[in-house]
Amino acid sequence: MAECHPVGFQWVMEAKARGATVIHVDPRYTRTSAMADVHVPLRAGSDIVFLGALVNYVIENDKMFRDYVVAYTNGPTIITDEFVDTEDLDGIFSGFDEESRQYDDRTWRYEGAEVHVAAAVRDQGPGVRGDTDRTGHADRPGQGEASGPGGADGGARGAQRDETMQHPRCVLQILRRHFSRYTAEMVEDVCGVPQELFRRVAEAVTANSGRERTTAFCYAVGWTQHTVGVQYIRTAAILQLLLGNIGRPGGGILALRGHASIQGSTDIPTLYNLLPGYIPMPNAHRHHDLDSFVEAERIGTGYWANMRSYLVSLLTAWWGPAATADNDFCFDYLPRVTGDHSTYPTVEAQIDGRCKGYFIFGENPSVGSANAKMQRLGMANLDWLVVRDFSLIESATWWKDGPEIETGEMRTEDIGTEVFFFPAAAHTEKNGSFTNTQRMLQWHAQAVEPGGDARSDLWFTYHLGRRIRDALAASTDEMDRPIVDLQWDYPVEGPVDEPSAEAVLAEINGSDSDGRPIAGYGQLEADGSTSSGCWIYAGVYADGVNQAARRTPGSEQDWVAAEWGWAWPANRRIIYNRASADPDGRPWSERKALVWWDADMGRWTGHDVCDFPSGTSPHYRPPPGATGPDALSGIDPFIMQADGKGWLFAPTGLADGPLPAHYEPQDSPFTNRLYGRQRNPARELFRSRHNRYHPSPGQLGSEVFPYVVTTYRLTEHHTAGGMSRWLPYLAELQPEFFVEVSPELAAERGLRHLGWATVVTARNAIEGRVLVTERMAPLRVQGRVVHQIGLPYHWGPNGYSRGDAANELAALVLDPNVHIQEVKALSADIVPGRRPRGPALPAFVASYRERAGIVFTTGTER
Amino acid sequence: MPADPMRQNSTRVDPVSMGRVRQNENPMDPAAASGYLDPPARVGFFTDTSICIGCKACEVACKEWNGVPEDGLQLTGMSYDNTGGLSADTWRHVAFIEQRVPIGANRPEALAAAPAGGTAAAGAGRGAGEAQQPAPVQGRQAVPAGAQGAAPVVAQPGLRWLMASDVCKHCTRAACLDVCPTGALFRTEFGTVVVQQDVCNGCGYCIPACPFGVIGQRSGDGRAWKCTLCYDRLTVGMEPACAKACPTQSIQFGVLDELRERADRRLADLHRAGVSDACLYGRDPADGVGGGGAFVLLLDEPEVYGLPPDPVVTTSDLAAMWRRVALAATALAAGGVVAFAGRRR
Repeated sequence: MAECHPVGFQWVMEAKARGATVIHVDPRYTRTSAMADVHVPLRAGSDIVFLGALVNYVIENDKMFRDYVVAYTNGPTIITDEFVDTEDLDGIFSGFDEESRQYDDRTWRYEGAEVHVAAAVRDQGPGVRGDTDRTGHADRPGQGEASGPGGADGGARGAQRDETMQHPRCVLQILRRHFSRYTAEMVEDVCGVPQELFRRVAEAVTANSGRERTTAFCYAVGWTQHTVGVQYIRTAAILQLLLGNIGRPGGGILALRGHASIQGSTDIPTLYNLLPGYIPMPNAHRHHDLDSFVEAERIGTGYWANMRSYLVSLLTAWWGPAATADNDFCFDYLPRVTGDHSTYPTVEAQIDGRCKGYFIFGENPSVGSANAKMQRLGMANLDWLVVRDFSLIESATWWKDGPEIETGEMRTEDIGTEVFFFPAAAHTEKNGSFTNTQRMLQWHAQAVEPGGDARSDLWFTYHLGRRIRDALAASTDEMDRPIVDLQWDYPVEGPVDEPSAEAVLAEINGSDSDGRPIAGYGQLEADGSTSSGCWIYAGVYADGVNQAARRTPGSEQDWVAAEWGWAWPANRRIIYNRASADPDGRPWSERKALVWWDADMGRWTGHDVCDFPSGTSPHYRPPPGATGPDALSGIDPFIMQADGKGWLFAPTGLADGPLPAHYEPQDSPFTNRLYGRQRNPARELFRSRHNRYHPSPGQLGSEVFPYVVTTYRLTEHHTAGGMSRWLPYLAELQPEFFVEVSPELAAERGLRHLGWATVVTARNAIEGRVLVTERMAPLRVQGRVVHQIGLPYHWGPNGYSRGDAANELAALVLDPNVHIQEVKALSADIVPGRRPRGPALPAFVASYRERAGIVFTTGTER
Repeated sequence: MPADPMRQNSTRVDPVSMGRVRQNENPMDPAAASGYLDPPARVGFFTDTSICIGCKACEVACKEWNGVPEDGLQLTGMSYDNTGGLSADTWRHVAFIEQRVPIGANRPEALAAAPAGGTAAAGAGRGAGEAQQPAPVQGRQAVPAGAQGAAPVVAQPGLRWLMASDVCKHCTRAACLDVCPTGALFRTEFGTVVVQQDVCNGCGYCIPACPFGVIGQRSGDGRAWKCTLCYDRLTVGMEPACAKACPTQSIQFGVLDELRERADRRLADLHRAGVSDACLYGRDPADGVGGGGAFVLLLDEPEVYGLPPDPVVTTSDLAAMWRRVALAATALAAGGVVAFAGRRR
C-alpha cells in the first residue's frame, strides 16, 4: 500500500501512531513491510490457504463475534441437501459440468427457499477458448459485478435458519468442515509461512476484532489478478464477517484501486456488461422488453426491488422526451450483449478478425495487459485503432517500432490498421470528479487550459457524438434512432468548447418532473417522471449544489467528515452500517458507535447517515408477502442482499463455487496440496499458439520453469508508464526495468548485481538489470526451497525511461467471474545475460517450449 | 501521547506571528547575529525518518517547485535510491538502506538443509555469487521497524529497510557562508542559508567548505546551487514544497524551537517503545556546526545514512589559523626589521 498508494498510506501511519498493529502479507518485502509491525512473506498465489486458515482458526478457537454472526450473516441458514462440498468431490463443488467447465448453482441454494437465480442467469460459460473452440462465447452478463452490490437473489424468503448454528447443513457448519483442512501446518507447507508467524497474525487479528475493536483489510488490486481472484476477496469477506468487521468503523475490506477513479469507472461503467449503477446490460437472447428484463434481473426484497425506477430514470436521462411508456422508455435503444465482450476475448476476436475497431483511452495494453504480444497481434489485425494518451505510448507505435517489428514477426508494410492518435488532457487541465475506494466523489477544478491539440476525454466524446449526430440528422433509418434521439446538449465553455462537466454531473444526479435536482434515489419513479444518469449517484447534485466539491476541513467537522466530498449512496461513509449496532439497535460498544436506533424519535440516528430505512425499528419483522425495503426485517443490515444478511456462503452469483477453495495458479511449480484438482476448474483458458501454458508440476518438462514470478508497481511509476516514464523527474527515480532476486537465487543462477538477466516463459522472454536484494526471501514450500522473482511491470520500449514489459511473460488465463488476468503468480526460468535479439528471440522462446514439451493442450487439463 | 500527534505536526507557521516572535535573546539565533533587527522566528525542518515511507515525493516536489533539472537516468543498485546524494541538482535526497537481518525463520539455517528449487540448472551459477551483495548492507541488530509512539511493538526478526530524506542543514554556523567571497551566500531573516544566483560567480569555495557535501556546482552553469528552504515560499507564508508534499509528515516544517521540542518528545516515545538506537542528528546547538536548522531523527548511526558522525564547521579553525598566520607574519616582519636594523648598525 505504501508502494502503490503512498498518499492513502498516511492514514495507516496515523492508525499506527494511535496504536494499531500493521501486518503486511506480501511475497516481497516492500516499503509497506518496512513500516509494518509484522511482515509475512508468502508464496505468490497461495493466499486462499493463508486466509482460509485464518477462517479455520477463528471457527475452531471460537474467536468469532457470535452475536454478530447469528444476527447479521447467513451463518445459521440451512443449505439444501443437494449441495456437495469440495471435501467430498476432491476439489469441486456440486453442479460442475466437466464438458462445459461451468457450474450450475442450483444445488447451492438455501433450504426451503424458492429457486430464483436472477442476476446469475447464465447459458454459456467460459471454458476453453480458441483454436478448436471458437463457438464458446462465454455469456454471463454482469454476473460478477452485478452480484456484488446487487446481491444475487438466492431465494431468501422462506429460507430455514438454525440460530444455534448446530444444524449440520447450516452455513457455519459447512464452513467449519470446508475450511478444516486449511490448517497452520498447511499454511507452512503451501504458503511457506512458518506456523509460529501464522499464529502471531491469527492472534493479532482476532485480538483486535469483536465488540470493542475492529480490523480492516486493505488490498491493492494485485490481490484480484489470479484465476481465483474473486475468491481471494471472498475469503477475506468471510473472515471479516465472522469477526464482525463489516459495517463498523475501522473495519471493512478496502480495495485500493489502480487509477484515481476506477471505482467511478465501475459505477458509471466502462465495463461491457453493466449499465450505470450496476444494472446489468440486457442480453440479446433473453431480454426482449423492459418488463421481461426487470422481471428477470430485479430482486424482490431490499432496494434492488426498485430496479425498474432506476432503469426507467436512466433511460429518461438518456433519451428524454423520446422515452415514453408506450415505447418501453426506449429500452430497445440499449445495446445488447451476446457473449463475453470483456478485454481479453475482444483481443481474441481481433486476432480472429471479428473485431474491427478499437478505442484505447488512457490505457496501454501493449505494456499493461497480460500477454502483451497478443495485444499487439490483435491491434495489427484491426481496420482502425484510436489511441488517446499524453504521449506516444507503445500501444500507439507498435506498428512501426514494436517488439514484433524487431523480431521480424510483423512488417509495417503488411499491417492494415489505420492508427489515430489523439493527445489527451491531464486531470489538471479539466474539471471533473474522482470516485475513490470509499465511493467518495471528490471534484477537481481545471487549473490550466490543455496545451496544443490535447483535449479532455469529455471533449472528445461529446464532440465525436455531436459530429456523428450531425451526420445522421437526416437519417430515416430506424437503426440510427438511438443516436438521433439521444439527449446530447451539454453546454460548452472556454476557448476549446469544453463541455461543462458540472452539467454532466447534474444529469447523473437526475431531476424531477419540474426539472429540479433530485435529492436521493428514493425519489426515483418508474413512470418516466424522473431522470437519473446513475441512481446510486442521485444526491450528488442535491439542491443544485455540486456536493462533490465540498471541502470542509477535517478540523472543522467530526471524524466522519460528511462535508468532505460526497459518497454514494446518500453520502453514507460506511455502507451496511446498521451492522455497527446490535440487533436491538444499540451500538455494539461505545468505542465503536456509529449509528443507533433512537426509540423516542422512532428513527435511526448517529454519526453517519444510516444505511437502513430510517424509520424501520430494530424489532420490525416483515409480514408475509412484503416486497422491496419493506421486506427487510429490523435486523437485516445488508440491505442490498435479498435476505439482508452478509453471505459467508454465496448461494448464487459466483462462477467458481459458493465458497473459496485453493487452486494453484495456472503456471505453478507446485502441486495442489489441498485437492486433486490442480487449478480452478472453471477458469477461462485461451488456446492459441501465442498463449501456451506450462506443464503441470510433476509432468515432464515442468522443471524447465522452476521459479515463481510476481509482478507489481513501484511508487515512482504509474501502471503501464504512460503517466510517468515520459516525465524526467519520475524517470530518474527509477530509471529502468529491473528484476529483483534474492542473493540465494543469484548464486544459484549466476546473476550479478546490476548485471543483466533474461526471464523466460512459454510466451516470451524479457531482459532486465538485476537487483540482488535480501528483500526477496526464498521460501520453503512442500519441503523444498522456492525462489520468487520480482518484476515491476511499468516499462516498455518507448518513453524516456525504457525497458522490456513484464507482461510479455504472462499468459491469458482468467478468473471466470470478472475475467481478470493472472499476472501476480506464474512460473518462469531466469538466466544471466541479455535476451537474444531479432528472429533469435522467438527461436529462443520456442526452444524453451520444446525443452518443456509444451503442446496445444498443455496446462489445459481440468 | 497526544490524542492526535500526526495532526499536531501539521502546525503551520503563520507569517504574521512569525514576524513578532523575538529571538534576539537567543545567542544561537543566526538571523539576529547576522544583523537582522527583529527577525521572525528561526524556522527549519524536523525529518522523522521513522515514518518515512520512501515515496520520494519530497524529491519531486522540490525539483518541480524550484525548477531543479533532472540529472540523469542511472540505476545505481543502491536499493531503491537512484538519486545518490545531494548536489547542485538534488536538494532533497531519500536514502534507502537495506540492513541484513535475514527475513523469516526460513533462512539462513533452514535453507542450508533444503534442496534448491531450480533443479534443472541449479548448479550452473553456484559459486558465482561473490559480487552479489546488495550495496548498503549493515550488520545491525534488528530493531522494530518504525515503532510508533507507545504502540505495542512486535519484534520483527528479519530485514530492516531504512529510508531517510536528507536536505541542507542550514547550519547555525555555516562554513559555506563564511567562505563565500562574493556574498552570494547569505543568511535570511528566517535563519536559513541561501545562494543568490545572480551574485554567485561560481568560484566553488563553498563546496569543500560544507561538512555534509550538500552544495554543488551545476554543470554547464558553473554556479553553486542548494536548498533554499523554499525562501520564496517562506516570504509569502507558505511551507516549503517538500514538507507540503510529504504524505506521512515525515518532513515537518516549523519554528525551530517547536520542532526541537516535538523531536525530543518523539525520541522519548521511541526509546520507551524499545527503539533504543533512535537518535536526533543535527538537533544539538552544541555540535560542531552549532546545530542545524534542519535536523533529523535517525534509527541508526549517522554513518549508516551516509552522514558525517561529528560534523564540524570547516571554518572553525580559521580564527586560530589566522592568529598563527598573523603571528608568523609578525615574526617575519619583526625579523626583517631586526635584520634591517642590524645592517644599519
